Amino acid sequence: MRDAAVEVRGLAYSYPDGSLALRRVDLAIEPGERVALLGPNGAGKTTLVLHLNGILVPGAGEIRIGGMPVTKENLKEIRRRVGVVFQDPDDQLFMPTVRDDVAFGPANLGLRGDDLDEAVRTALGAVGMSGAAGRPPHHLSFGQRRRVALATVLAMDPQILVLDEPTSNLDPAARRDLADILVTLPVTAIVVTHDLPYALELCPRSVILNDGVVVADGPTRDVLADTDLLAANRLELPFGFDPTRV
Amino acid sequence: MSGGHAHGLYRPGHSAVHRLAPQVKVAATLAFVVAVVATPRTAFWAFGVDAAVVVAVAVAAGVPLGLLARRLVVEVPFVAFALFLPLVGQAPHTDVLGLSLSVPGLWGAWNILVKGTLGVAATTLLATTTSVSELLCGLDRLRVPRAFTAIAGFMVRYAEVITGELRRMRIARLSRGYDGRWLWQGRAVAASAGTLFIRSFERGERIHVAMLSRGFSGELPPAAGERAGRRPWLVAAVPAVVAALAAAAAIAGVGS
Repeated sequence: MRDAAVEVRGLAYSYPDGSLALRRVDLAIEPGERVALLGPNGAGKTTLVLHLNGILVPGAGEIRIGGMPVTKENLKEIRRRVGVVFQDPDDQLFMPTVRDDVAFGPANLGLRGDDLDEAVRTALGAVGMSGAAGRPPHHLSFGQRRRVALATVLAMDPQILVLDEPTSNLDPAARRDLADILVTLPVTAIVVTHDLPYALELCPRSVILNDGVVVADGPTRDVLADTDLLAANRLELPFGFDPTRV
Repeated sequence: MSGGHAHGLYRPGHSAVHRLAPQVKVAATLAFVVAVVATPRTAFWAFGVDAAVVVAVAVAAGVPLGLLARRLVVEVPFVAFALFLPLVGQAPHTDVLGLSLSVPGLWGAWNILVKGTLGVAATTLLATTTSVSELLCGLDRLRVPRAFTAIAGFMVRYAEVITGELRRMRIARLSRGYDGRWLWQGRAVAASAGTLFIRSFERGERIHVAMLSRGFSGELPPAAGERAGRRPWLVAAVPAVVAALAAAAAIAGVGS
């Protein structure tokens, strides 16, 4: 049997101040799946994401990425396999030029010279930002910075792409551009979002996390059609939006 | 949209000076400044040679001399200090327009003025023809410790993000009827500064997490950039060599 792309078993985590962020999370994602991770603010979504690449260490339970346990010895390979695009591109883009920033990840993996240039070129090409290689990140628009942030992760050739609130602060056109890019990427993807129509468009499957546990897991259309479920988890479709008629 | 379009002092161009490798330009500027500083203050003609070199490089770089002159304004505080020296210097004194001025003070003022102006002009030319990222790359190539260039890089990268936050906080204060006119209203400004510090600190942590997520293990990847080759080094050495020869000649007593 093939290993699951992501396998989370019995994951629990509390913050140093004692507040419980994740009670017990069980989740398996198959290779090539695109899954939306939904839930109200403070549900533990970002905490879960930071466990997938070993930034946070579980209080209990275990995580496997493509069969490999997330442990200290495996961190380098785990972080190559799991690419996280954070919510604020200004947190992710810190080098003087776009090129340097996209090269940061693959250079950490040991790529040098032509291989490194090739990784940078391919990643920028995939997000349609090849022309911006020499520019400083702060001279780009917000939508462009979000795309470059995606490229910095794609340059590491990840198997699993995790996007934290990819549409926040984007105008509709930039939101559309990003969706067009995401559907072309041949990776397993986890999209953390409050943007339910976006989840429906991109992700056949949705998981709702609330108060540190998975409270729903199923086809996105069914999850979004269950108004009681949404209401119980402080989620709401945009006015007039009917997921069964899209 | 945050993030303005300020390019700092850099003025893009395609001149030979712009195209020189940044490490070469940094080293050449430093050598030129050292030569200027080493020139005896009495050797007026040597400073004339140095000034001619600066003008020649500016012309070769296509930098308008008016722009260069305007950018020398940063020097004003130092000039003000220099002008003060003749008034407080020691004897002997000389009378100029009814003022009793110290002769050593006058020499001191001249020394600061001429060397400062030439130094600022040379570094301004460097900054006008070299982008910040190129400068950092050049410093890396010159084996400046990676930690220093990385800190400088972060500073440049986040200066605009933080001033953007500051601007938004100020607008938010103004929008709530705060006019910041009286001293006791400084409390709000101080609170904003504290908030900004905490936010920047938290941003620093988030950046670190984002770096770790991309495989950062405590060591920044080696600097990019290419070796410059011999020709650019020879070309770029010309201004510094001219200035050094002038200084050497002046020290040896030629023309004095």
